[in-house]
Amino acid sequence: MQYTEIMVRYGELSTKGKNRKDFIKQLGKNVDRVLHDFENLKVSAKRDRLHVTLNGDDSDKVIERLKDVFGIENFSPSIKVEKDIDKVKETAVEMVKAQFKDGMTFKIDTRRQDKHFPMDTHDINDALGGYILSNVDGIKVQMKNPDIKLRVEVRMNGIFLSSETIDGAGGLPVGTGGRATMMLSGGIDSPVAAYMGMKRGVKLDMVHFYSPPYTSEQALAKAKELAAKLTRFGGNIQFIQVPFTEIQEEIKEKVPEGYLMTIQRRMMLRLAAKLTLDRHCKGVFTGESLGQVASQTLESMMAINDVTTVPVLKPLLSMDKTEIIKIAERIDTYDLSIMPFEDCCTVFTPPAPKTKPDLEKTRACEKLIDVEGLMQRSLDKVKIIDIKPGEEFLNSQEDVFAELL
Amino acid sequence: MIYFDNSATTKPDDSVVATYDKVSKEFWGNPSSLHQFGEQSFNLLEQSRAQIAKLLGVLPSEILFTSGGTEGDNWAIKGTAFEKRAYGNHIIVSSVEHPAVKNSVEQLTQLGFEVTYLPVDDEGRISVEDLKREIKPSTILVSIMAVNNEIGAVQPIKEVGDLLKDYPNVSYHIDSVQGIGKGIQDLIFNDRVDFATFSGHKFHAPRGVGFMYKRSGKKIAPLITGGGQERNLRSSTENLPAITAMARALRLLLDDEDKKVAKQREIKQNILGHISKFDKVKIFSKDNEHFAPHILCFAILGVRGETIVHAFESHGIYISTTSACSSKRHVASGTLSAMKVDEDEATSAVRVSLDEHNTMEEADRFNEVFDELYERFKKINS
Repeated sequence: MQYTEIMVRYGELSTKGKNRKDFIKQLGKNVDRVLHDFENLKVSAKRDRLHVTLNGDDSDKVIERLKDVFGIENFSPSIKVEKDIDKVKETAVEMVKAQFKDGMTFKIDTRRQDKHFPMDTHDINDALGGYILSNVDGIKVQMKNPDIKLRVEVRMNGIFLSSETIDGAGGLPVGTGGRATMMLSGGIDSPVAAYMGMKRGVKLDMVHFYSPPYTSEQALAKAKELAAKLTRFGGNIQFIQVPFTEIQEEIKEKVPEGYLMTIQRRMMLRLAAKLTLDRHCKGVFTGESLGQVASQTLESMMAINDVTTVPVLKPLLSMDKTEIIKIAERIDTYDLSIMPFEDCCTVFTPPAPKTKPDLEKTRACEKLIDVEGLMQRSLDKVKIIDIKPGEEFLNSQEDVFAELL
Repeated sequence: MIYFDNSATTKPDDSVVATYDKVSKEFWGNPSSLHQFGEQSFNLLEQSRAQIAKLLGVLPSEILFTSGGTEGDNWAIKGTAFEKRAYGNHIIVSSVEHPAVKNSVEQLTQLGFEVTYLPVDDEGRISVEDLKREIKPSTILVSIMAVNNEIGAVQPIKEVGDLLKDYPNVSYHIDSVQGIGKGIQDLIFNDRVDFATFSGHKFHAPRGVGFMYKRSGKKIAPLITGGGQERNLRSSTENLPAITAMARALRLLLDDEDKKVAKQREIKQNILGHISKFDKVKIFSKDNEHFAPHILCFAILGVRGETIVHAFESHGIYISTTSACSSKRHVASGTLSAMKVDEDEATSAVRVSLDEHNTMEEADRFNEVFDELYERFKKINS
C-alpha cells in the first residue's frame, strides 16, 4: 500500500515534562537526517506527534527506516483523503482489503477535530462500517480486540485513514542525553555498546585507531561501515580516525612484552580522552565486558583508567558474549563485525599479556616511551568524516558492479 | 542473415560483451590477491555468483564456475566417480546424452566402472521404470540431460528426481546446457538434483565460461587441482570478465522468460505446421510438453542433412545437421539412432534451433525458402 503520511507517536519523552521541547526538536532532526536521501518527504515535529508527509516517496522504505529511530514509541502509516465521504469509503475498503484474511474482524474508530464536517463520528462509523461489510466478503464487526482497527481522523486539512500501528525502537532520541566518544574497533562488542549508549540518548562520536600497514584499508572501511549501520538509530555520526602505527611500533620496541597490551590501551584511552575534552564530549564509551580478555579484568581496567578522569562508560560490562552476539545479530552488525580483517587490537597482541598488571610497574614501563610526542604526532594526523545514513564504505563499488551485472 | 542454430552457440549480447570488455580493462586484479585491487575483483566475483544464485533460487555457495558445459559434464561424472569409488562403480546415463557425458562415462569404463545406457522411446525420452530397474546397490550416479540437444526432447528429470528420493546414496546430475531460459528451471532445480551443468555461450555469454550447481553438502572430487579457487574444488585463476558477463547474460535471459519462451514456441509451431504438410518430410520434434520450445529436428527424406544445411545457407539461413559437434564427422545422429530411426532418415535430419531474438518474419522467410528447396530436391529425389 502506498501511504501519503506517517504519524509518529513519541516514546518515553512524553514523561519528561520540561525537557519535552528539546526532545521533540531533537527527534525531528534525527528523523530528518535518517530520511535525508528521500527527496520529497517533509518531517514536522509537533507538540504531541511527529508527522512525515511523504509527497510521493516510497512509504515501505520510510517505514523500514523509522522502525530503528530511538525515541519513537510507535507509528501509523496513513492515507490522506479529501473531505468527501465517498472517497473515504473507497480508500477504507482498499485498506481493509490489503490486510484482510478469512475470518478477520474489524472496527472503525473515528475522531473529529473539524467540527464543521457535516457528519459526526457516529455517522462516519456507520457509513464506513456498512460500506466495508458489504464490500469485503466474510468480514465481521468486533468492538473488543478486532483484527483490523481502522482509524479515521477528520482534521482541518483532510481526512486521514490508518489501520496499522507499528512498534518503534523505543529509547530516547540520540542527542538528548549529551555527547560522548566511543572507541569503535570493528569487533562484535563495540557496535553493540554504541547501540546501547545511543538508546539512552547519547550522541556518540566514533574513535577508531588504525595502524597501516599492520591493518588493512578494508579494516578501516569496515569500521566506517559499522558506524554507517549505527546511523539508523539517530542520524549522522562523526567518525574520527586516529593513526596508531608509530605508537604501536614504539611500544613494541621499548616496552616489556607482558605490558605491551596495557600500555597500548593506556595510549588509546589517553588519545580518546583528549579528543573527548577537545570536542566538549562528556565521556568515553567502550565495548568492554568484564573478564572477557586480558585487558578487561578489573586489574587491567584500573591500570588503564589511570590515565584519565574522564568517565569511561561500559554498557556491556556484565553481559555474556552470547548475549552480546544476540544483540549484534538483531541490530545487523554481527556479519560485518566477523569479517576477517586484522584490526589494531589483534596485530600487536602479545602471546601472554598480563591479566593482572601492576599499576606502579605499568607507570614505570610507560616512562620508556615518549608519551607526549607520540600523542601529538598522532593527533596532528587525525581525520574526521561525517557519516550519513545509507552511506557505504565496504562495497563502494556496488554501483559500478550493478552496471556491469 | 537468419540465425537458426542457437543450440550450437548464441550471439553474444552487446551489453554482455561491453561488460566483458570493461571488467577486462578495469578489474583485472586477481580475486585471490590481498590488496584492494584484488579485493575489488573478489567482490565482483562474489556478486556475480550471488546474482546467478538468486536468479535460480539457490545459494551462492552452490554455484561453482567452470569453463563451460563440457567441463561441467566431465566434472560431475568423473568427480562423482572418484569421490564415491569406495561405495560403488555403477553409473546410469541415457543413451541420448551429449558426447561430453557419453565419452566421460566411456573413459571411466576403462578404469573399472560399469555403465548402463537407458533406452529411449520414439520421442527420445527415457522411462523412469527402466531407470528403476537398473538401479542396484553399486549405483553411485545417474546423469540425465534436461533437454536433448539434437531433437529437443525434455527428459522426465523431475520424475527421475522423485524416484531417486528412495535412493539417497545415488548422486543425480542433470546436464542442463540446452535447458536454461526455456521455462523449465523448476524441473531442473527439483528437490533431488545434486549437480546441474550450465554453459554460458548457450545464452549469449562469451565462450569458455559456465557454471555448475552443486547442492550444499554434496561431495565431489576436483578434476582441476591447484591454487584452491572455487572453495578448493576447481582451481585456476577465475575468469572474471567472462563470469561477470555470464551473470549479466543470465539476468537478461531470464527477464520476461515466459514471454520469450512463448514466442519461440510460436515460431517453432509456425515452421512445424508448414513443413509437416509435405510427404517427404519427417518430423522428430513434436509440439507437445515433452519437447523444448526452441528445437525443431526434421528430415527431408532422400536428401542428406549436409545438403539441406548448405542449401539453406545459400539463402542466408543458418541451420545445422543434428548437432554441431558431430556434424563435421558425417555420422548419423546419436539421438536418432538411439530412437531406432532408420539410418537413411537419420542422415537426412537437420535441426532448427531458436532463441528469444528470432522473429515470426524469419520463420515465414524460412518457410518460403523451404518450399523452393523442396521443389528443387523433388527433381533429384523421385
